[in-house]
This record gives sequence, structure tokens and C-alpha cells, in this order.
Amino acid sequence: MAPKQKKKSSRRKKSPKPILAASEDMEPVNMESMGHPEIYPLVLTTKTQEIFNCRIDEDITDEQPYKLINKEDIFEDLRNRAAVSDFHPVKKIVQEYPGNELLLVYDKDFKYGLNFYLIGTEEGKENYLNPPEVSEEQEEYKEYIPEDVYIYKPPVSKPWVSLGSEKEIEEASVTESTKQITYMISRKRSEFGAPIKFSDQNASSVKDAYIECTAYPDKNFTLKQLEKDVGMQVIPQIKDISTQTKWTYPKNATTQYYPREFSEEEKETLKQSKPLVDFLNNASISVEIALQQNEITNTFIDDWKHLAEEEGTFGDKTDTHLKEYQSFTDLHSPTEKMITCVSWHPTIYGLIAVSVAVRLSFEDRVHFSGKLLLQPSLILFWSFSDPIHPQLMLESPDDIFCFKFCPSDPNIIAGGCINGQIVMWDITTHADRIENVKAGGSRSKKATLKPMFLLEPESNKEAMYIRHCAVSSIENGHKKVITDIHWLSDTFEINRMGSVFENRSGICCQLVTCSHNMFWDIRPQKPLTPQTTEKKKEENIEIPFDVPSTFLHLDLSWKPLTKVRLSKGETSLDHCPTKISLKEDHLLCKTQDKVLAQSKTAKAEEMNPYHNLESGMPNLLKPIDDFCTKFFVGTEEGEVIYTDWKMEKDPETGRLMPKKPVSLHTIHDGIVHTIQRSPFYDDIILTVGGWNVAIWKESVMTGPLLQSCCAPKRYTSGHWSLTRPGVFYIGREDGYIDIWDLLEKTHEPAQSQNICITMITCIKPWIFSSKQQFIAIADYYGTLHILEIPWTLSRPSTNEMTSINHYFEREVKHLEYVEQRKKIREQEKKEMEQEMAKKKVKIYQKSKEQMEAELKMDYESYLELEKTVLINLGLIKVTEKGSYSDVM
Amino acid sequence: MTAEVEETLKRIQSHKGVIGTMVVNAEGIPIRTTLDNSTTVQYAGLLHHLTMKAKSTVRDIDPQNDLTFLRIRSKKHEIMVAPDKEYLLIVIQNPCE
Repeated sequence: MAPKQKKKSSRRKKSPKPILAASEDMEPVNMESMGHPEIYPLVLTTKTQEIFNCRIDEDITDEQPYKLINKEDIFEDLRNRAAVSDFHPVKKIVQEYPGNELLLVYDKDFKYGLNFYLIGTEEGKENYLNPPEVSEEQEEYKEYIPEDVYIYKPPVSKPWVSLGSEKEIEEASVTESTKQITYMISRKRSEFGAPIKFSDQNASSVKDAYIECTAYPDKNFTLKQLEKDVGMQVIPQIKDISTQTKWTYPKNATTQYYPREFSEEEKETLKQSKPLVDFLNNASISVEIALQQNEITNTFIDDWKHLAEEEGTFGDKTDTHLKEYQSFTDLHSPTEKMITCVSWHPTIYGLIAVSVAVRLSFEDRVHFSGKLLLQPSLILFWSFSDPIHPQLMLESPDDIFCFKFCPSDPNIIAGGCINGQIVMWDITTHADRIENVKAGGSRSKKATLKPMFLLEPESNKEAMYIRHCAVSSIENGHKKVITDIHWLSDTFEINRMGSVFENRSGICCQLVTCSHNMFWDIRPQKPLTPQTTEKKKEENIEIPFDVPSTFLHLDLSWKPLTKVRLSKGETSLDHCPTKISLKEDHLLCKTQDKVLAQSKTAKAEEMNPYHNLESGMPNLLKPIDDFCTKFFVGTEEGEVIYTDWKMEKDPETGRLMPKKPVSLHTIHDGIVHTIQRSPFYDDIILTVGGWNVAIWKESVMTGPLLQSCCAPKRYTSGHWSLTRPGVFYIGREDGYIDIWDLLEKTHEPAQSQNICITMITCIKPWIFSSKQQFIAIADYYGTLHILEIPWTLSRPSTNEMTSINHYFEREVKHLEYVEQRKKIREQEKKEMEQEMAKKKVKIYQKSKEQMEAELKMDYESYLELEKTVLINLGLIKVTEKGSYSDVM
Repeated sequence: MTAEVEETLKRIQSHKGVIGTMVVNAEGIPIRTTLDNSTTVQYAGLLHHLTMKAKSTVRDIDPQNDLTFLRIRSKKHEIMVAPDKEYLLIVIQNPCE
């Protein structure tokens, strides 16, 4: 070690020399820092490795990672390659190496930084070679041991030096401050468990048994109040008294009394008494002043209020047009259909029934009759919730031209056919289907969004075909199309004579049809015995299973109760009635009300009176006297007839003859298709036909109150407004609706609105709520339009009723005046004629005399002329000069 | 005497809009009337009480005051009551046309 260090120091002195010369003087770096001073790391290039045969992985392997290299070889390499040689850094070591061979070891892991290292001492070489592994490890171990070897000495005890910790311990320790006292208590064994006796003791008697804290006035807490705030109130004397009573149970107690009155004598005496007279004289002055005040003016009237119209309008007041709400068309029918009659369902909201007929003329019907038989004729029920599918379809044997819901039971429908039959339907079994329509409205809204062809197979949306219940007998029924059908009200009944009886059953059970005016009863009539056997044979017809048997007794054997014929007087022709209007019954005696109420309560348990109709007509019914059996009829020729349906006995023949009509007027130029009573007045009737409109009053038979002038287009249907007394709607054949308002104009319609392109066949308004009114308009092409009536047309103004009343009264007076004027005119005419006759006579006489005088004059002038001519001719000589001058 | 009474009452009755006239004594028993009996009795009884009440009200407020005339205006007509120590004159009039 020492010589190396010396070498180092000697070498260090030489290090500050310039770098050029440092190549020779450069120190080989050894691994002294790692504890191996004899190891000198080297880099050997492949060239050097080839020269010395120490190529990696060929000459030097893992088993023998070293090579002994001769010193002379190294020197030779050094001489050959000088600075380039790899051994150049360790040149000095090699020169001073004592031995001959140097050990070169391959440093695979680069332990000493470079890939080879040279062991510079013999010792190291020896250590490396023998033994190579163990000695190295031991060498390494020995190398890590620090140079100061520590020798273990066991500790030697020294005397303890106190540093003050005893005090802390003392403080933290717990010691007993006082000595523990022990007690020993003993008791006799026998006294254990003995019964205990408690006794009372006064606390004061025993000394020190209690401690008392007595109260004493403490002067610190006394305050003198110098001011006081007091309020006072005066109340009436109140006495509160209560008693307790026995409460058993409440009892009804009544008292009956009558007022005290004076007898007549007393009254008389009083009347004559002076005080009364004086009193009256005094009192009457002030009373009369008060009365006069009231007569002069009404001080409590609010003029502004009376001037204004009614408050609160819904919607625009200026909006007077009917707004389109919905329209229904039957898209499934193959042929073109027209709508013949429309009727709103009386109870269910949003349900409207429409009867459709094929749009063909009579010849075409006959021509296509085979094809028409295959198509069912229908009444369709439309609901607002589903504009594409009808809710129900009622089937009938032939096209229906008019139908009506029964007023007492909306599930019974009666319709009149084109062939003269009456058809009855009973839809009680399907009533819940149509009633639930409005509940299922939300469902159907979704369904309608799909295209139509997808909707077909839906089972719950299929409209049901309902077959008719009963048809009237063909032989006994009408021969022509039935144009009008009415249910008679449920308050009266008609028997064969046409006289009116009270109706005990409380339901509508009779019909009137119009094509020859027949009355029908829907209960079975008592058959005469010889006919029963025949009927039974006929009735063995099989009934289709889903037809209710309500009217089975009527099917095909239904005969009318009575017939009313309107003969034209002398001729044997009959009028052809098209529409009738019966008097709505407002006459009801009070006794009848009671009877009806009784019968209705008795029948409350029954299911449906219509299903028990087979009991037949009761015999004993009270006749109603002074019932007006007159009614209005409109005919095909445009006449309006007011006649009676009661039959009277013809005194000559003894047969029952219909009465002669009370009045007959030909007003319209075409068929009368609407006769309707006003919903506000019993006796005002609207008739529409041909090209004009007429309003009649029932008691005034001289003529119509109002007759409009001829319109440019034909009127095809009409209806009163349901809420305004002076408004009615007329439909034209070009698809326009004329809205007449009698308060605005009476000579022409107030408004005209276009609805569709074709003829309007039926108009029916309907009230849903106080804010909503609809009008259903049916046209010739089979479309049903529902329009909403605007506010102005549905709300009557405040004085409308009275104004219309005044109007009608004025018109009646006008008619009377006209009548009177007619008479006066007649008289005047007569007088005038007489005068004219007289004048003529006089003229005639005068002229005769004149004629003679004239003749004479002519004759004389002729004579003169003759004379002159003759003179001129020279035949007569002018004898005298005087005559010449005469001639001149 | 009676003629005078009759004449006064007739004059009052003939005013425009007068529905009925009646004379009632201090206890509310009718003496003369133009309406039917039941209506008269009802009016007499009720208006007698009301007049008494009105009189006592006026006198409570001011003991030196007294009720001279009572007019009740209702929707349909006006009732006028002229009170006295012993009698009551009641007239019912319809002021509007």
C-alpha cells in the first residue's frame, strides 16, 4: 500500500503538466475507491482483443473470464500502437509489474466501469486465481469491515445520579391521606327479619328533625308604585243564570191559529167613527204625495245599467259567422249518398244520428233496384270524438227519409222508409257503447292519427250493424214515401176515433206519420179471434239472434191506429201532406199530473216500460176534454192547411168522416218541406217551401204574419233558432245558409253564409251548454257539417222576447187592418162601380142626341156642298148676284 | 161619513199602479181592504209589527221625534204605511210600468 501511495504522490506532482504530454504521465485509474487498489479498469477494443486473443465470448468465456498476458506482448502493443493502444493508460503499471504475466479479467457486468480490468499486483493475481471465488468473497467481506474493530465490553454498573424524577413520581402516585377507619357493627341474630313498625312523628317535637327557611321581607326588593294605568268599560247589566233541565227527547209541537178579525158590524161602526175619518184625511195627503212621486219618476233606476246590454260576452261580439267545427262523411259507402234527416241524440253529448239515402231519381232507382237491394240502408251514429268511424249503424229494409228518437226513451228510434214502412229500432243493448264514446275520446284521438287503412281491422272500433226491431205491415201502411214522423207526447193518447185520452203509462207510445197522415200505436192491439190463427202461422218466422224482441209483436203486422185523410173538398182527390206540426201539449190538468206521478212511481221498479208493452192498451182511460186536436199540414203543392184530426160523424151517411180543414192557404210555390213551431211561442209556426218563407200565428187564419218575397234560390230546409226568438235558419239549394233575424230585417235575411257546394237538406241546431251551441247541416252529397253558432246568434238580447212579441202583435194588427181595409176597399169598389155604371149610362144618352144633331149638321153641310159643286159645274145657273155672293 | 171614507179610499186606489189599499187598527186587525182576506191579514200583521219597531227606533234615538211615514221599496213594488195613534193606512203600489 505504501509504495503505491508514494507512487501516487509522485505522480500527482507531474499532473499539472500540459495535456499534450499528459498522455504519458496520465495516471491509471484504479479501483481504490471501491476497495480494490490493484484493479485497473481498461477498455479493450476488438482490435486489441484480437491481438491478445481475448475476444469476448470466444477466448474469454464465463468460465474463464481472465487471461494471462505477457508483459512483453503488452510492451510490443504499446510500441506498435503507442497512444492508440488500449494499454496505454496502464503503461506504468505494466512497466513496474514485478511478474511476467498480468492478469486481464473481463468485466462482464461493468463492475468497475469498463469491460476489462487489469490486476496490477502479483498478490491480486494470486488472489484472483487461487481460490478464485471464495477468496474474492472473503476479500470483499473483509473489505467492508470498518477498519476500527469494535471490541464488545459488558456494561459496568455505576452509582445512580438523581435528576429530579422522583418528585414527579411522588406527585403522580396515589396515597391514602388518612388512615382508613374500620367499623364493626353487630346485631343480634334474632332481630334480623323481624316485622317493622312505622309510626308518625311530629317534626317539631323532635329536635333537629327538620330545617326551616322562613320567608322574611327583604328590603332590597320592595318598590313603591307611584303611577297606575287603569282602563274602565261600561257594560249593560248582565245576569247569567243557568238551570239544569231534564232532556228527554225532541217532540214536535204545532200551534194552530187564526187571525183576529172584526165582524162586519164592527167594521161599519168603525168606519163611521170620527177618528177614522180624521185619520184618513190626514194620512191620505202624505200618501198621495208619495204615490205621485212614484208616478213622476222612478228614483231607483240606474239609467246606465238599463242602457247597456248584458254583461260578459264570450268571444268576439263582432263575430257573427258560423264557425266550422267538424264534418262527417261516410267514406265506406260505395254509391253516392245524400243525407235525408239529421237528429241529435237527446241525452248524450256529441252524438248525432244521420239517415242516408241513395242519390238517385225514381227511374234510376227502379233501374238499379237489384243493386240497391244488396246495399244496406243505414242510419249512422256519429260522435264528435271519431270523425271517421260511425259509432253505430242501424240497418233498415230501405232508405230512410225521416226518423226520430223517442222522447221518453232515447234508445227507441222510429224511422219512415221510402217504401212507406215504419221501422223501429231498439238500441238499449248498445246504449253503453255509445255512452262511453265520450270517455274513450282520448283513446280515439291517437287512433285517428294512423292512416285509414290501418284502422280497418280494429275490433273495438267497428261500428255495429244493428238490425231493425220491427217494421210496419206493408199492406196496411203508406203507399208513398214517409216524409215526416213524430212521436206523440207522453201525456195523451189517441183512440180509434181520434179523440184524446190521458196516457197512463207515462211513456211515448204513439206515432204520427205523414204521407197520408196516419196514427200508429206501438203496443199490440187486441186481435180479433178469427185472425189469431192466421197470425200465429205467420209469426213462426225465425228471428235473427241479436235483435231485441221489444217490438216483436209489431213486426210485419203493425197496423195504424187511425188514418186521417185530407180530402180536397168536392173532388175525391186528397192532399199530399209532406210535413205536419202538432200542438205541443202545454195543457195539463192538475189531476192528470198526480195520476201520472203515481203511475210513474209504481213503474219505477220495472226495468223498462218499453219491454213490457205486450200488456196491450188499457181500456178505461179518462178522456181529455178541450184538447186541441188541430194541427198544421204542409203539402206537396205548397199549401198550408190547418185542420183537425178528430173524426166526426157525417150526418148523411153515418160514417166517420174527417173534418174539413179550417183554413187553407197556397203560399209557397213548391213543396212545403218545413213546418215548425217556434220553441218560444206555442202558436207561431214557420213554414218554408219553394222560394219563400212564411210565419203564421195559429189563431189568425187570414194569412201569414210574415211572408217573404221570392228568393233567388230555392229554399230547401229551415229551422228556428233554439235560443233567440226572432232568429231562424234557412238552407238554400246552392249550399248557402240564410240567417234571418226578425229584429234586424224582415224583408231579407240578415246574413248569408256559404257552407257547402250543394243543396242543403237538413238543418238542426242543438244546445250543449250555455256557452256552446252547434248547428248540424246536412247536404246533398252526404256530408254532415257541424258548425258552432257564435255568441251573437245564440244569446238573446235583453228585450228580445218582448220585442218579438210586439212585432207579432203588430203584424196581427196589420193583418186585421188589411182585412178591414179589404172590406173597405170592397165597399169602395162597389161604390166606384156604381158610379161608373151611372156615368156610363149618362154618357150613352147624351151621345144619342148629339149624334142626331151632328147628323143634321152634316146633312146641311152636304146640301151646301152639293149646291156649290153643281154651280161650279154649271148645271145650276147662278141667277142672282146675291146668290153669287152667297156662293162666295 | 162613510161616503167620505169611501171616496178617499177610492181616490187612493185609482192612482196609477196601486195594487191594494187597506186600513188597519192599532192592534193590526184590518178594517177596510181591497185585497183578499188572506193577503190582507198577512200584510196587516207583518206591517203592524214593523211599524211599531220603526216608531220605537225613531223615538229611542230622539224621544221628541216621531214616525210620520214609512215607505218600503222592493223589487216588485212599494209599500207605504201612514201610521197614526190608532190606525194604519197601508198602500201597495207598483211604481214601474
